[in-house]
Amino acid sequence: MNHVLKPLLAAALLTGALTAQAKLTIVVTTPDLASLAEAVGGTQIDLTTLARPTEDPHFVDAKPSFIVKLNRADALIEGGAELEIGWLPPLLTGARNSKLASGALGYIRANEGIQMLEVPTALDRSEGDIHAAGNPHFLVDPENAKIIARHLADVFCKLDAANCATYQTNLKKFLEELDVKMVEWQKQLAPFKGEQIVAYHNSWVYFARRFGLRIDLFLEPKPGIPPSPAHLASVITKMKADKTRVIIVDPYLNRRTAETVARNTGATVVDVAQMPGGVKGTEGGYMALMDYLVNSLAKALIQRN
Amino acid sequence: MTVLVSALVLAPQSAVRAHETNQINQLKRQLELMQENFEKVQRAQREQIEALTRQLNEVIHQQTTTTEQKKLEAQLALDLATNQPAATASANALEKAPWSPAQPLTVARSGASYLNLSFDGMFAVGGSSAQDIEALEFGGHDPKQNGFTVQNLEMTLDGKVDPYFKGQANIVLQIDPDGETIIEAEEAFLETISLPWNLQVKAGQYYTQFGRINPTHPHTWDFVDQPLVIGRFLGPDGLRNPGAQVSWLAPTPFYSELFLSVQNSGGETATSFRDAAGTELITQHPGVDTSVENAGDMLYSPRYVMSFDLGDEHTLVLGGSGAFGPNASGPDGRTAIYGADLFYKWKSRNHDKGFPFVTWQTEYLYSHYDAAAYSGSPGFPASAATTINNWGLYSQVSYGFRPRWVASLRGDYVTGQPGDFWANPLLDDRYRISPALTFFPSEFSKIRLQYNYDHIQNTGVENSVWFQFEFLLGAHSAHRF
Repeated sequence: MNHVLKPLLAAALLTGALTAQAKLTIVVTTPDLASLAEAVGGTQIDLTTLARPTEDPHFVDAKPSFIVKLNRADALIEGGAELEIGWLPPLLTGARNSKLASGALGYIRANEGIQMLEVPTALDRSEGDIHAAGNPHFLVDPENAKIIARHLADVFCKLDAANCATYQTNLKKFLEELDVKMVEWQKQLAPFKGEQIVAYHNSWVYFARRFGLRIDLFLEPKPGIPPSPAHLASVITKMKADKTRVIIVDPYLNRRTAETVARNTGATVVDVAQMPGGVKGTEGGYMALMDYLVNSLAKALIQRN
Repeated sequence: MTVLVSALVLAPQSAVRAHETNQINQLKRQLELMQENFEKVQRAQREQIEALTRQLNEVIHQQTTTTEQKKLEAQLALDLATNQPAATASANALEKAPWSPAQPLTVARSGASYLNLSFDGMFAVGGSSAQDIEALEFGGHDPKQNGFTVQNLEMTLDGKVDPYFKGQANIVLQIDPDGETIIEAEEAFLETISLPWNLQVKAGQYYTQFGRINPTHPHTWDFVDQPLVIGRFLGPDGLRNPGAQVSWLAPTPFYSELFLSVQNSGGETATSFRDAAGTELITQHPGVDTSVENAGDMLYSPRYVMSFDLGDEHTLVLGGSGAFGPNASGPDGRTAIYGADLFYKWKSRNHDKGFPFVTWQTEYLYSHYDAAAYSGSPGFPASAATTINNWGLYSQVSYGFRPRWVASLRGDYVTGQPGDFWANPLLDDRYRISPALTFFPSEFSKIRLQYNYDHIQNTGVENSVWFQFEFLLGAHSAHRF
């Protein structure tokens, strides 16, 4: 009996030891969520990001290689607000991974617990590309980043109880750093309360609300609908009347359109990104991105004052 | 209420004391009167309450629409200032919070209904130098006549059935040149969600996984019409039949997947197999009634596909397919179709709405048709057993040169063995060059202009110009790569 049991026991112990040492394999849809997963997971997770920081996250290709990544993942982190609806569903079908089934612990919707803004009261596509779950660009509000970081630590702990203490330590460090930074950011942008900024696409509502800015004038006439001359003319008139000085553009949008409007209004074009790595100097992760956003906006607003 | 109760209590007491029927009647009448009065008052009060509630709601609504933003901010600031509970807990709290007028009301939202519903309408208008356009444009969804063609009216329903299956159905309506409306259950299948060992099973009525074009619906195509070789070998409506398919995601470092499908081999959606009309076209004699005797009489279709990312911006997909089954030329008739396909895509890492991009797609098909000996029938001479080998390919390049604009070019070629019977665009050696320009006002609509230069052996050159327009309503399910 013993000679049968002993190897079995040894094998069981060995597999147990192996699984305890194995890293969590996490797939993340967008680089902004990835930066939070990295902050919380640290070296304990093996992270793969599907979308590039420079590309339009609405229109990522459902590449077959992504199916393989999802098939082998312990968890998936996605926005949860339909930003990825054009490419994620067929990948998940192809991945056939029960750990990532809807409702499974490994399927993490980042917007859980976040107060979504601009949830449409009626779904009407003549209003442009609106998202039924609300504006999905919620991560540029650091308070939302806190909610997501806590959520991630919570799920990582459940998936990998052995390393829970590490995740909690990482989370604490991230939150503390963010609190310190938040005070700095608020101070930097405080002089510009109520200041109007023009954006190419309506993806800055959460940022604007947090820092007391007004980003409610857009080069796109409707979300996802390219700028028309008539609309740009009305934007220019409005900008002149309100003395608006700054236009922000994401890396994948047409900068030349913004430059044209800037020439006509004397405004400055500022390159911004929602994703760490989207513009130069933001590769360092979430803090680096927020630092860059606050600094470059404060600089542009001061210069024009 | 107290009045009513006291009246009820009093009534029997008085009746017992007085022993007079008159008094009872009187009391009864009194009671009825009181009840009536009571109900009237109650009704009036209820109406009053309702009117007041309506007024109040209106006032509240007016107030909240103007002050809702400030209230929300104040509320959020307060929430954020105090120590926040864990994210999951706050999510639960959010779900359980009662509805208030300040909260937006969502009428319909993805994930809120059991199925996604969409409708696609695709139309063509144009003209051709050919006399018989239905023979020239062989595909089931191709333009069929000078003037307008209703190419495809397609309703798609899909959703999760339960924790084990997904379901999808594509119901297609077409209006043929005679004005007749045709309905087709194009696809209706279930698909497993998570089987062990990286397996997935699909069962029902579905398009066979053969090459790249066959499993897709016309609204995803880059051209107005179907490639020639696909129409000839796999059929005008593509190769699809009831059956079951198992696929296996192989544990290779790159993507690679193996499909094996078993389907019925008969009918007009399996033209190269047990289909009388398809057989007559190939063998020039009427198809023979064949039946399924054993498992060998089914249609078997294996496919292997792999994909490689070449850096950030380049993706390559390579595939090989086969379809094997009996045909209707006679009891010994068998058909084997082999296919090889290539797809390459470049997409800028700074793309805006997916533009700019370049795609290159090529499919090569080889058909080995073993026609059985034919004993002859009135008007159709007897023929010995023979083998008809044909091949064909198409190659197409699309360039999304700026957001919403795509320029495409396709070349088609297909051989026509045995040929030389009579001039027939459905059988002859043929090549076709098709440039096209597509404009997408949004992801949900499309306008396309295409020219076809068609060279057909025994017929000559035909020129056609087609203009296509399409709209899509409802859920737009994401396309597979």
